Amino acid sequence: MMWAGIAVTAVGAYLLKLAGLSIPATVLEHPLVHRVADLLPVALLAALVAVQVFGEQQSLVLDARAAGLGAAVVALLLRAPFIVVVLVAALTAGIVRML
Amino acid sequence: MTATRRSIIRDGIAVGVATGAYGISFGAISVAAGLSVLQTCALSLLVFTGASQFALVGVVANGGAPLSGAVTALLLGTRNTLYGLRLAPLLGWTGWRRTAAAHLVIDESTAMAVTRETREDARTGFLSTGVAVFSLWNLATLGGALAGEALGDPRTYGLDAAVGGAFLALLWPRLRDRRNKVTAVLAVALALGLVPLTPAGVPVLAAALVALAVGLASRTEEDPTEIPGRDDLATGGEHG
Repeated sequence: MMWAGIAVTAVGAYLLKLAGLSIPATVLEHPLVHRVADLLPVALLAALVAVQVFGEQQSLVLDARAAGLGAAVVALLLRAPFIVVVLVAALTAGIVRML
Repeated sequence: MTATRRSIIRDGIAVGVATGAYGISFGAISVAAGLSVLQTCALSLLVFTGASQFALVGVVANGGAPLSGAVTALLLGTRNTLYGLRLAPLLGWTGWRRTAAAHLVIDESTAMAVTRETREDARTGFLSTGVAVFSLWNLATLGGALAGEALGDPRTYGLDAAVGGAFLALLWPRLRDRRNKVTAVLAVALALGLVPLTPAGVPVLAAALVALAVGLASRTEEDPTEIPGRDDLATGGEHG
């Protein structure tokens, strides 16, 4: 199943890129299309953050991952680069679990 | 080679080096989510668009089906289509060149091409950045995956929490805009509300409806397609 997911993503991602280079610009010129395309990453990434941090299969839990997310927010407010944000989130959660 | 051309190539390589850091996190997180090193490397080689790759492994890490992860990834990949629309007249490639160039259409290569004045410079910016990011993103993915595998149980080091941190870091630069903030809050509320009611993977997909709803509800025409600026890339915006 995992390989099927990878194959679908790979083929689909490539076709989405190729479509942009190939189809006439007027096809997608509608402002609504542009607005939704801008908002999609925001909505999906926000949902991914929430589900990653507070989801455990089909229940909501508050555990060390929330502490990791809090630390990530602080790192972002301090303008830390991507890799530092990720490391800070991981280390904080790891430390909270050890306590 | 002209001085301009050399400096465009140098910039492209610098952006490539910067994205190497995301590649390491992706590799480690993907292995922590349960993918093999081979599957992780296949994603970076074949999908080659960072946010989508993170989304796929994120959904799988949370117990979602790979196919719902794939749909989430593809919804995130739609922005590359809009980048392509902007790039097509600038690059002016057809035939096999266009077919090959398509794989390199990502945030970084777009940002480094759309700011150029001539077709020659746009092509140089696009290609140097695309090739540099592709090479380093894949090398870094392999390194991160091997490191993640060596670390063992992801929970011990909080690697599972790294996924949330990575998504937040990808989202952060977009939260300056008010409409984006509203969208993010609504998406979080909907996704969390659906977690107990639906199979894993569905809550994130449902958040796409928030984007549609807010898009329909807002009438302002400001805020055209966001192409990440070169400043965003220099300070580590995101790899997409």
